[in-house]
Amino acid sequence: MYSYTGKILHIDVTNQKTHVQEVSADWLKKYVGGVGMATRLAYDNIPAGSDPLGPDNALCFACSVFAGTTMPVGTKHGVASKSPLTGFIGDSLSGSHFSEMFRHAGWDGMVFKGQSPNWVVVFIDDDQVQFLDATRFLGMGTTETQQAIREWLGDENIRVSSIGSGGENLVRYATIDNDGRQVGRTGNGTVMGSKRIKAIAVRGTHPITVADPQALMAETLKLIKTSQGPSTQKYRVLGTPTNVLNMNKMGTLPTRNFSETVFEHAEEVSGEYMHDHYTQKAVGCSGCSIACEQWAAVKEGKYKGAIAGLDYESLFALGPNCGIGELPPIIYLSRLCDDLGIDTMSTGVVVSWAMECYERGILSKEECDGLELNFGNDEAAGVLIEKIAKREGIGALLAEGTKRASAQVGKGSEHFAMQSKGLEMPGYDVRGMKTFAAGLAVGTRGSCHNRSLAYELDVKGTVDRFKAEPGRGKLMKEKEEFAAVFDAMVLCKFLRNCFDDFWKDASRIYTITTGIEMTPEELEQLGERVCNLKKAFNIREGWTKADDWLPGRVLGDPMPSGPGKGIFVTPEELRMMIDDYYAARGWTSDGLIPRSKLVELGLEDIADEIGVDEPKPAAKEA
Amino acid sequence: MAQIGYQHIICDPTKCIGCRMCEYACSATKTNAFDPNLSRIRVVRIEPITMTAISCRLCADAPCIIACPRDALTRSEENGAILVDEDKCDGCGWCVEACDFGAVVLNPVTRNAEICNLCVDQEEGPQCVRFCPKEALSLATPEVLRQQARREVVARLFEELLNEK
Repeated sequence: MYSYTGKILHIDVTNQKTHVQEVSADWLKKYVGGVGMATRLAYDNIPAGSDPLGPDNALCFACSVFAGTTMPVGTKHGVASKSPLTGFIGDSLSGSHFSEMFRHAGWDGMVFKGQSPNWVVVFIDDDQVQFLDATRFLGMGTTETQQAIREWLGDENIRVSSIGSGGENLVRYATIDNDGRQVGRTGNGTVMGSKRIKAIAVRGTHPITVADPQALMAETLKLIKTSQGPSTQKYRVLGTPTNVLNMNKMGTLPTRNFSETVFEHAEEVSGEYMHDHYTQKAVGCSGCSIACEQWAAVKEGKYKGAIAGLDYESLFALGPNCGIGELPPIIYLSRLCDDLGIDTMSTGVVVSWAMECYERGILSKEECDGLELNFGNDEAAGVLIEKIAKREGIGALLAEGTKRASAQVGKGSEHFAMQSKGLEMPGYDVRGMKTFAAGLAVGTRGSCHNRSLAYELDVKGTVDRFKAEPGRGKLMKEKEEFAAVFDAMVLCKFLRNCFDDFWKDASRIYTITTGIEMTPEELEQLGERVCNLKKAFNIREGWTKADDWLPGRVLGDPMPSGPGKGIFVTPEELRMMIDDYYAARGWTSDGLIPRSKLVELGLEDIADEIGVDEPKPAAKEA
Repeated sequence: MAQIGYQHIICDPTKCIGCRMCEYACSATKTNAFDPNLSRIRVVRIEPITMTAISCRLCADAPCIIACPRDALTRSEENGAILVDEDKCDGCGWCVEACDFGAVVLNPVTRNAEICNLCVDQEEGPQCVRFCPKEALSLATPEVLRQQARREVVARLFEELLNEK
């Protein structure tokens, strides 16, 4: 067995005890790494019904198979826990030098449990684990913390994952930051904060060996070449902000809390405009051959000095979605969120929800601590974001996320709380992308574009995006499983069009890396296994069919302008597509997993706990 | 041959994306395993956008050679690279201290100093250059780069002048 170490490090921060779990090649092949392995670790280590912010929740890290090798865009890691935002599986990924280092330290995965009495920095120095007093780092920004810890420990090679004020103060959508990249969604930083772990520092000194280095290097050279080609051009040249104008043209650019779909200032916040006026440099994650992250800097005006690696999702959420039509404040706000350690996407959608509440008179100026929270008020947004991270005044309400905040405020504000399962929506107005609408509704971690990938079908015109029809369920399933394979290996999805034959190429590369035989068919099954395992976690946490749903705005408010003017997703359409999806998955009409399906996927050990006996045929149309 | 300086690995910081592919490729080439600590080229990133890769610059008057108390370091007559005599080197680290660029590696396993040898033993030349996805690395002398820079700037200026008409 190569690349893998076969060892998972368990750390209990309550009593500062550690133990090592040995895992077999069969187990590793089944879950591979990243989100796959992290989800299995979460399933095994989090008792059903655990408080996400309590000691029983487990924060599970899993390395990419390719971490620290030349395999392009393969140096990433996955993290999973029970999400404080959704109450379901909270899995997230980050590109990083961090994953490489924890593989060098000798670990395929790390599981953090318990709750430390005092704030700690957990320092993993190969197989030695130290718990260091973190008091001096409290309140420090994420990037500053990482540098300060390296200086403190006296070694520039040390890699650090840290939380900011957001995680310390248990904002439900806090991030874990490493080298300016984030484990961003579903609040894994909150879980880390609840355990009073300010940072995890790792130093590893073991070389990483692969089964056939020459073959892996040859594959690398091929992929480096294809990843400079047309399939990645949009990422390399403009980065993901190139989506702004595309989405605007399609009439699916979420504007002013998803109330509008076309933004009058789209040009001024476009990837093209950013490239010409603000972009300084493209930066890559470790082992990246693409470099999508466009670092933009503001050189004059009130936001002079602001600098951020800005991607489309952060840009949409903090820009058009908040009615902000120029780049300098967006660059500033994005970096502010990163430094405070809160998810730019959830934050943007929470702020926009508060702005709509303010404009509708649901939240008064007094309730907003004197802030005039009109759409477009970038200064107020900045103050609000700092309040959220500190849970100060109205920030305490908004730190709960849109689902909880709207339930508390009421007055119809649930209708425009743009979330599913509690996770705030990504930058696509799904009223004009109906396959993707259903894809977001069934997402195990809540509404997420990266896990669903169904937007590709609507954007590329594979299907009629304004129509809901039977057959979409199967397409959604395929996209989801394709995404799950990338998330488990881990490979960045921006490489997805660089292969001749993905299943053949990726399974071969897995084998030359690990020495473990993997067929294309087995790799396809991995995707299905990971999707079902995540669902199994949710079922054990009490998931019901009603949890797979979308906010009222998507299901009732016609789009006011653009190519899809007048269109929305009807509840009947959504129901039909979701049922179609359950049927395509071989699940019951209630969305539960038959025992036989779990056995088929090699998950027989959880079949008794999760599986249902008689698969009822899914109803086609209610 | 009237050459100013030796060819060495030069990194263009405007092209470097900080991916560290060069470190992975170097260590795999030299040790058959991936271990940046043994890479003879290292990427330095000063947050957030300042980054470049550094390896041996083949200094004309190399301080590492002068510093070595056991005369283990010599200059290759073939390409000017600093050669380490493994029998003589005892891993004392004087060369590491003498190098202004942090380009000398002390290998904890072999207990030897290790320095970029420009991959003289590799058919395709330096592997870091070959694996750099953004063509930020090149094998060149400073003089060659200077010539290139002059040509590029003049070409750009004239292009701008012509476009303005």
